[in-house]
Amino acid sequence: MTTFATEFQQKSGQYTTDRGFRAFIQKGLSGYYKKRDENKARFQSWQGARDHAAEIKYEAINNLDRHLEEFAEKIEARGAKVFWAPSAFEARDYILSVARENRVRSIIKSKTMTGEEIHLNDALQNEGYGVFESDLGEYIVQLRKEPPFHLVFPAMHLTRKQISDLFQKELGSMPTDEPEKLTMIARGVMRRKYCEADMGISGANFAVAETGMISITENEGNARLTTSLPRIHVAIVGIEKVLPRLEDLALFLPMLATAGAGQSMTCYNTMYGGPRQPGEPDGPEQMHVVLLDNRRTWLLADAEQRDALGCIRCGACLNVCPVFKNVGGYSYGTTYQGPIGSVITPHLRGLQEWKHLSAASSLCGACTEACPVKIDLHHHLLQNRRNAIRIKSVPVEKVAFTVFSLLMGHPWLYRLAVILGRIFQPLHPLVEDTILDPLRAWTCSRAFPRVAPSSFREQWKKERGEKSA
Amino acid sequence: MSDGKTIILNRIREALRNNPAPRPHPGHGPLGIGKPHSAPSVQTCREWLPKVGATREEQIALFALQSEALKTEFYRCATIGEARQIFSKLVVAEEWKRVATHDAPDNVALLEGATVETLYADKGYAIDALESCDAGVTCCECLVAQTGGVMVSVASAGGRALSVLPPHHIVIARSSQMLPDLTAAFDLVKQRYGKNLPSFLSFITGPSRTGDIERILVLGAHGPKRLTVLMIED
Repeated sequence: MTTFATEFQQKSGQYTTDRGFRAFIQKGLSGYYKKRDENKARFQSWQGARDHAAEIKYEAINNLDRHLEEFAEKIEARGAKVFWAPSAFEARDYILSVARENRVRSIIKSKTMTGEEIHLNDALQNEGYGVFESDLGEYIVQLRKEPPFHLVFPAMHLTRKQISDLFQKELGSMPTDEPEKLTMIARGVMRRKYCEADMGISGANFAVAETGMISITENEGNARLTTSLPRIHVAIVGIEKVLPRLEDLALFLPMLATAGAGQSMTCYNTMYGGPRQPGEPDGPEQMHVVLLDNRRTWLLADAEQRDALGCIRCGACLNVCPVFKNVGGYSYGTTYQGPIGSVITPHLRGLQEWKHLSAASSLCGACTEACPVKIDLHHHLLQNRRNAIRIKSVPVEKVAFTVFSLLMGHPWLYRLAVILGRIFQPLHPLVEDTILDPLRAWTCSRAFPRVAPSSFREQWKKERGEKSA
Repeated sequence: MSDGKTIILNRIREALRNNPAPRPHPGHGPLGIGKPHSAPSVQTCREWLPKVGATREEQIALFALQSEALKTEFYRCATIGEARQIFSKLVVAEEWKRVATHDAPDNVALLEGATVETLYADKGYAIDALESCDAGVTCCECLVAQTGGVMVSVASAGGRALSVLPPHHIVIARSSQMLPDLTAAFDLVKQRYGKNLPSFLSFITGPSRTGDIERILVLGAHGPKRLTVLMIED
């Protein structure tokens, strides 16, 4: 067993037994379900919108080279610099070199999961740069030196008390149990940072090929400030973020808002095409767009799961997933949690090391149903399991399934097994809870069902016999 | 740098060559089954999105409804004079000393006679000076009925920061600027600017907000705590 799988087992065991925590997560999500359903109902057809969105993404991803070239060409014509980063290393290296060449002192960031993916904060801090997360949730987890718990709601696992204690300790603020006061404390701190920062780093939700623009969706206004005030703007953009036309946003922006946060529209949806243009009063002098591959092309090569590149990172699949809701975001140990994380992490970071995530699923299909771009998530989990076995079979499982198919294929053998079960089950308590127990994996947390004294088949025969007699 | 570009483009072409993915399947079913489609037409996304009435009056009513849900303060003003009255009341009520704006006829008309200092952000500004303003007054490209949003750009809102840095954002708009949806808004800016789109376009849909603490809504996370839209009939 790999260390990642062991860690997943340990952490998920820990979180699932914490009832208070599970209830807290459920409560946090309950408001989301209500608002999401209200806003879905406002659509003339949510299903039609999903089909349409899936079609647009299909076109975008299956002509990725063409759209990317168009995007780069258009945004470069507007004065932005595009850097193509084959891996995380090149992306980090480039951003560091931009910071060095421009003698940057202070860096402000708005939320970027791609930035998390390439561990950008560590790289910048190791070089001595002060980096401040401006999204409230991200700022809170940054102060706690934790990664985001959820790709859209980074600090949803924390209570106001924990946040108040954290602010008191790190910022010297007065304790309070009002979310509003806590938000205003962070607002005050961050206002100074915006004014001082000379580099702003953002992600992007979409990259529009037609006009050479990136689109950023947010509620707080922190991304707008990050991209307006500092003299350098760096945007990290996964290559799969491309959309062919500006008008496509007319569909994707409301869908992202509804699926992601249960809103009809997120507060700020902003399109940036280059740095400050001649005649414009403000905006950064430089804009750098880092187009990141980092093994996305591996996923692209898997035609069966290619649709997973259509993901708009709304987090809807996490919010409905019975596994996520119980094991929480930290059990995964990945940048992207929940069903989408379980599907793509094996592609981005190695199948054998991350195949256990695909097994941690009830295959209920809630994720697939929730996905606004119709990624076939639960089937992809099955495909990951199949692919993992194809490459490297697990002997114990192989033996188990051989025995199982033998039993199921031969009724007499099955009957024999049932009889043996009846004979040996009374002896089970002798070894139960000891390491000699062959069923320990099951019995340590659940009771093993008793073998019925007579089988259905036997009862049927008996009943029939009595009736005809 | 062109190296990375060649590497990535080659990887993409290699991955896509002779390796077609199953088409999305319409309806509830999984992918892979179903007849091939033609590429979606841009117009059709209107069929799925929330319904918007065809007349301006219906659109204004929808905008008002959305504003209420978003906690945007929306006023219909018969004249610029009426808008000026609302503005003066805000100046007094919130004790404004200094407001930021940009040079446009409606802004100038709104601020006429107001007892506040004025900073014109489009003439260049110090960040701290703009930050210390009590409100930002801007025009907009259009209003969007479907979402209750306001579309601003560098050109129509005096730059990028004016509409987000001060704690209260006041938008002055005309009723003729009401558009049904986002598609119409995109059409408008394309017509207006052609290939020279501003480097910044934004849909502002309500005052800044966050739910990052226990998923409880708080207004005014980093951007304006209040958003007021003054729409003058024309």
